[in-house]
Formats: sequence, C-alpha cells, structure tokens
Amino acid sequence: MDRPLDTAAALPDAEKSLLRFTTSGSVDDGKSTLIGRLLYETNCIFEDQYAAVARTSEKRGNERVDLALLLDGLAAEREQGITIDVAYRYFQTARRKFIIADTPGHEQYTRNMVTGASTADLAIILIDARYGVLTQSKRHGFLISLLQIPHLVVAVNKMDLVEWRQDTYDAIVREYQDFSQKLDIHDITFIPLSALDGDNVTRRSDRMPWYQGQTLLHTLETVHVAADRNFIDFRFPVQTVLRPHLDFRGFAGTVASGTIRPGEEVVALPSGRSSRVRSVETFDGQLAEAFAGQAVALTLEDEIDLSRGDMLVRPNNLPQVATAFDATLCWMDQEPLNRRTHYVLKHTTNKVKAFVGDVRYRIDVNTLHREPAETFALNEIGRVTIRTALPVFFDPYKANRATGSFILIDPVTNRTAAAGMIRGIAREVGDVTGSGQAVSHRSQNVQWEGGLIAQADWEKRNGHKGAVLWCTGYSGSGKSTVAKALVRELFAAGCQVMMLDGDNVRHGLCGDLGFSDRDRTENIRRVAETAKLFYEQGNIVVCTFISPFRADRGFARGIMPAGAFHEVFVKCDLEVCRRRDPKGLYRKAEAGEIAEFTGVSSPYEAPVDPELVLETDLHAVDELVRLVRGYLRDHGLMD
Amino acid sequence: MGSYTLTHLQHLEQESIHVMREVVAEFKNPVMLYSVGKDSSVMLRLAQKAFHPGRFPFPLMHIDTGYKFPAMYEFRDRHVADIGARLIVERNEEWIAKGAHPTRLGNDKCCQQLKTRGLLDALSKHGFDAAFGGARRDEEKSRAKERFFSVRDRLGQWDPKNQRPELWSLYNANIDDGENVRVFPLSNWTELDVWQYIRQESIPIVPLYFAQPRRVVRLGGILVPCDHRDIVDPDGKLGFPDAEIVEVSCRFRSLGCIPCTGAIESDAVTIDQIIEEVIAARRSERENRLIDLTSDSSMEQKKREGYF
Repeated sequence: MDRPLDTAAALPDAEKSLLRFTTSGSVDDGKSTLIGRLLYETNCIFEDQYAAVARTSEKRGNERVDLALLLDGLAAEREQGITIDVAYRYFQTARRKFIIADTPGHEQYTRNMVTGASTADLAIILIDARYGVLTQSKRHGFLISLLQIPHLVVAVNKMDLVEWRQDTYDAIVREYQDFSQKLDIHDITFIPLSALDGDNVTRRSDRMPWYQGQTLLHTLETVHVAADRNFIDFRFPVQTVLRPHLDFRGFAGTVASGTIRPGEEVVALPSGRSSRVRSVETFDGQLAEAFAGQAVALTLEDEIDLSRGDMLVRPNNLPQVATAFDATLCWMDQEPLNRRTHYVLKHTTNKVKAFVGDVRYRIDVNTLHREPAETFALNEIGRVTIRTALPVFFDPYKANRATGSFILIDPVTNRTAAAGMIRGIAREVGDVTGSGQAVSHRSQNVQWEGGLIAQADWEKRNGHKGAVLWCTGYSGSGKSTVAKALVRELFAAGCQVMMLDGDNVRHGLCGDLGFSDRDRTENIRRVAETAKLFYEQGNIVVCTFISPFRADRGFARGIMPAGAFHEVFVKCDLEVCRRRDPKGLYRKAEAGEIAEFTGVSSPYEAPVDPELVLETDLHAVDELVRLVRGYLRDHGLMD
Repeated sequence: MGSYTLTHLQHLEQESIHVMREVVAEFKNPVMLYSVGKDSSVMLRLAQKAFHPGRFPFPLMHIDTGYKFPAMYEFRDRHVADIGARLIVERNEEWIAKGAHPTRLGNDKCCQQLKTRGLLDALSKHGFDAAFGGARRDEEKSRAKERFFSVRDRLGQWDPKNQRPELWSLYNANIDDGENVRVFPLSNWTELDVWQYIRQESIPIVPLYFAQPRRVVRLGGILVPCDHRDIVDPDGKLGFPDAEIVEVSCRFRSLGCIPCTGAIESDAVTIDQIIEEVIAARRSERENRLIDLTSDSSMEQKKREGYF
C-alpha cells in the first residue's frame, strides 16, 4: 500500500484554516469511493477501520478493497448499500482541516442535499464519465446555485472506464458549461479523475497527460474562501443577554456579517434606539475589533432595551425590515405545505409566527421549468411570499447567507418543515395575495380624459398608423442599436415616432424599481401603459425592454386594441451577447455584483409566436431596419 | 482591511459557543453531561467562554457507574471545585447493587443499565430538557450522522431515519413537554482538534491520558491494567496469571469504565507527544473500548436505546 506521508502536522495550528464542502452525485457514480480515497490518502483512516473494510470487501468477493464501505454509517445503509442521510467526515492536510457533508444523490433526499449545502464553501459534483451529464448532475448544480455555494468542482469520475480519453472528458465539460450558464455559479473547476485508483485525487495522473490542471486535493487546499464572506454589512443578532452582576450587561451573539469596533455607533432593531459599542468581550480578553463568524459579547454605552431576537446594526447600513417578503422555499417535511396554518419562522435568533401567503410557482429541479403550484410536498422547491406576525430584519440571501436564511417549524409536530432563502421585500402586503402578474390598475374618482382629438385624426395628419413595436431580448442582443437606427430612419421619413428605452425609464418613471421579478413586472406595466398613451396619439412607439417574462409581454399586448401591439423578438445567441457585453453587465453579473440578471441568474422566456424576429447575430443593422420597414408596409401601417 | 480569518480551531470554538448559547436561550432546564474525559474538559472550557464573564448557567451531571478509575473521581471533584461549577452525580443504584458487570451481563446489558438507564432516569428525575454531551462525529460511524440537536422521544430513543435537518446555524429547538434534546457542541471536532485545543488553551486533563509504566496483562491486543484486576474480573473468569503480568509504558487514549477500557503502549508524557502520537496513529480512538466491539452496529443500537 503506497500511502503518502502524513502531513497533518506540517502547518502550525495557528495557520491552518477550515474548508467545509459537500459532495453529491448519483447512486453509483463513486462518491463514497472518492471520499474514502481522500480520507485514505490523507492518512485519516485507521488500520482497524481499514482492516474491517478489507474483511467485508473480501467477504463480498470484491477484487479491491472497497473504500466506499468506510462511509456507510447506519445498519440500514449497509443492508441497502446506499447512503441515506447526511454524514459528516473529517480530514486534515498540511494546510487545512476539511469538513465533508456527504449527501445522497437520489431524488427523494433533496432535503439532505440542501442541508449539507447550507454550510458549504464548496461543492463537488461527481459525474460518471461513461454516462456524462445526467439529469441528477443538473439538479445538483441547480441546488448549489440556489444555496449560493461559492465554488463548484465538477469531478468527472471513472476516467479509467473510458480509457482516459480527453474527448469524452471535453464533451462532458462543454455540456456542463452550457448548462451552468443558466445558473448562478461563478467559480467552476473541472477535474478528470478516477477515485478507484486515485488518479488526480491527491496525485497527478500520468495516464491523463493531456490534463494540465490541479489535483482535486490541491484545489480543495488552495481555493480562496475568505473573500466569500460578507465583511461589509454589520449584523449582530442578539442570542442571549449576559447579566452576571449588576455592573455588567453584555449582549452575546455571533457576528453574522461585517465588523464592529468599540466606539462605533449602533442601532438596535426593532426599537430604533441607538448607542455606541463600549467593549467587545471574550473569555480571552477584550477585542479591538470583532468580525463575521466570531462569537462575542458586546457591551453598550447606554442602557437600551435589547433582547434575544433583536439585532444590532450600523446606522448607515440598515437591513430591510418587513412583514412580507419573497423567498425560495425548499419543503422538507412529509406533511405538505398548508397555507391555512401558521408556522414558526426561525430567522437569525428570532422566532415569529408566519404564514405562507402566496405560492407563486414550483421549480421542476430537473428541467428548471416553473410550474404553477398551490402547495409544496416533500423535496419540492419554489417561490412564495411569506407574511410574518412581526417585522423581520433581513438581507437578500444572495448578499448575506446569515440574515437571508430561515427555517419554518411546524408548530404541531415541531419538525423542521422548510428551509427558505429570502429574495427581497414583497412589494406591498396588499399585493401578496395577487397573482404575481401585472394587473391593470384604475384609480378611483378619476375620469378618463380622452377623445379630444381622435386617434384616427392623429393618424391622418401623421400619414401613418399608430403602432407599438415591442422589442424583447437579452441584454446585449442589440435591441437599442436596431431601435435607434429605426427611429432615426422613421423620423427622417416624417413619422411621428417615440422611443421608450429600458435604461431611460429606469432613470425617472421607474426609478424606484429594482430587478426582482415583481419589480420587473411593475416596470413593464408602467411602460406598457405609457406606450399605450402615445399609441393613442398616433405614434409609432418603439419599446426596447429585456422583458423576460412572457406573462408581462402578454399583459402589454392585452391592454391595447387588437393589431396595435407588435412583438419583435431581437434574437441573438446568449454567448454572443455575453461577448458583446456593451455595458459590462454580464461581467458584473457573473462576478455576483448584479443579482437577478437575465441570462445569468434570472431566466428569459423567449416569445412563442412573435410578429417579427430580428436575428442580430446573423444580419447587419441596416438590413434589419429594412426588414422592419417592410413589415410596417406589408401590414398597412405606413406607405 | 485586516485579515479576517479564523483558524480551524477558532472556527470550531465559535461554532460550539454559538450552539451553547442557543441552548441556554431556547431551553428551560439544560444540563451538561460531564464524563471527566478530555472531551468533557474541552466542553467545560467552551462553556466558560460562552458565558464569560458570568458562570455557565447550568449544572454538570456525571452518570457514574462506580467503575471509573480512582484518578477520574479525584480529578472530577477537584476540577469542578476549581471552576466553581455545580455537579450532580447520579448512579443506577439498583443495578450497581445487583452487581452489574460486563463479565456477568455482557457488555451491552451492563452499559444499558448503568449508563443508558442511569442517564434516562437522571434526566427525567431532574426534568432536564436539554443535555450537552461531548460526543464527536468522528468517533464512530453512526455518530457521523448525528445532528447538533438530537431530539429524543419520551423514552430517550434516537430515530436515525427521522432526524431534523439542520441548515445554516439555525437550530430547531422546539420540543414537546417530556421530550428532551441531546446537544453535541463538539460535533465537528476530531480527536486531533481536541488535543490541539487542549494544548492551545492549557486545559487540565486526567493524568491517565499520559504514559507511565503500568502493570498490565495483554488481553487480545489490549492492555488491561492489573491494579484494578478485582474490578476488571470480579469472579476470576478471565484469569490473570501472575506470570503474564508485565510492566509497560502505556496510557489511556480514551477513558470509560475500568472493565471496558484498556491502555495502549505509549511513551507520550506531554501533550505535544500525545499530539504526535495521534497524528501518527494507525488505529482508531475507540480501539481500546471493549464496548464498541461486540457487534458491527453496536454503537448505533445503543444510541437508538438512548445512549449518547
């Protein structure tokens, strides 16, 4: 047995860091073997454990010692030969201590995978080189993206069974890369390996000389994780108040994010009272600064009302406060979601009564499609609006895992019923019971002022019909470029023309809106109503909006008379849009600086039956403008 | 910006402190089980840290079987007095009086009565709704699947297939009256972490962990201390022929009841040497524990019945 020399002692304890990672894969793709291999080669398996496994392997008639047997924790699993729960494993190398959350890959245990992923800095997805990218590999990718694990390693395993072929590996890498563009994952590493023989696990394989990258272990040892933590937004949920004697009142808790120093001003939520930090107390003495992850006790200059569940923050950096928020929910209980009953919501150190106010859709984790849903059953995931009895102080999960996550507890069974990730504030409590789609609003006591000059009269004077040309497509697809050229040309031809551009309206008309699905919907609603006003005065209104949701475009079409709305699909391959990236937005989105970016972290629903398709990656701008003019002529909108 | 990084020991320490504070905030009547071993010693230090500058707001409880090493009882009483903690000692007197012993009942039944039964009775006698234990996931393979908060039914039983998922650092502490939760703040610690932390923090431990020449008999690869041969073999069933008694430099890698705890050959007389030994160890920590060896699933079976 060629075990590498033990290295656990090489770095002093004071310099060794910790990496938590999770592993997922399908039932037979060698996950347990890989972990067994990592433990074995880092010398974290003992002789007596190894001997027991060797005995069992021999009894079963295996040729080699089956390292996977090291991991089967429970008797039921040993009988079934599969892993059925999250198991935690530990090993150390010279640089790091590792905690592995080993989670099963089969469908009915999505909840375990989400559990293991919730604390992970990195995820390993195993793909069997013989079978390539399976539905399960995609599902795991989706969950990793959902849980915002910062780093992903795709381990293409069983390379020995495909004769160490590079083309097989390359094809898998390409396919997974294509798929992962739909996800919100920013750091993916691919490694070809054989867990059975150890190639590229801890040692470079001489059987795959074409692979120039690092081994799996080296990747795990060197991936940089400190930058993944949030040291900007100070959030301190109070766990308990320490009052050992009358002269000491300390607020114990773990700094959820950010940093704090004595003398800095803090605000207590929900009271809104402010004070300054007097000291940061620990058993080992007072600290000059506390940062995210440290369990400390803070004392304050003033006696302010503060207890468990409250939060200390900085006055110039406040979390969101609301009694209704949008969230992604993963249902974990056999008992399905019941919208008529309340749950206990645990968020940071706070517990409040909560209802699931609105189920917006369920996500099919295999296809990533959204489907309508009324409730969730075990292992189902989807979007909901949560309403709480008291205000909750939170940040979006993407910005802050600690203050953006929560669990729902069933008050009758006490079971943990669901895990949730907050997306953002729900727009208004009154809206959350709505359908989630744009609704035509009509204010009361307002008389519609119309008919001063009839639309037909406008059109007669303009010499053309009014129309709304709604250009939809990815950012960077060329909507604005084509639209500007078109508007210039129409103006030169004497047309009454109006352009509504996505960026422009967000400066004023829609300056109060963000990019959550709900805000996007509202953005489109306002624009559509505006376009309609101009249309009624005989304008050709050229609208350029990503408008990714079919339902929103349908709304715009629906508020106008038949024949007025013309959907123009500005079609361009996403990869081309990325490369163009005229505003640098893809780069930012991929770096995680922009949340909810269409094509990166937010979906685009292509038009099913648009009036006009402009393929900007195939045709020049002037050709496309001619195409539009031809369309307008053919439909009798202008001469 | 400074270097906002935690070492792996700091990381584990912060996590354990967070868990202890959650328990104190969420439960009415917690207790810390104190077994006098190295893990208990680390857990005590973490409890001191979590509630500094006050004392930790729960008592310690030792489930005594009467079979512990004299050095453990001495250490226990002195150390508890030193840190000013309140100690409860509970024993299953009925079965101790009946002479429960591994050589008479078998390992499993002896443990079941003296440890598991003793613990369950003590928890209900005092009405504790949460009990900290020093078990670690790396000790044994069924422990690898334990949660930080392990919910037990009214009979103290563990159902491994029906555990609550634990996400982020959000622990579900909701239970019904009569139920209790075992909490394992050291879940993510390994044997090596424990020793490194003992070194870093200068935590006092029972001297039995250090090597010294001890008179032993070799019994199936395990060194059985002869000083306690009456306790190991009260009925003379095993037989300790004087001729086989040898003096060997040895130490105890983990501590339990005398009849079920053997020593290992070792020259480690300092913490540094113990750490070197643990790093180089070729055999697992509980190899000297006779109680785990009876069947392949014996720990899981004990846990289902209410053991830690």
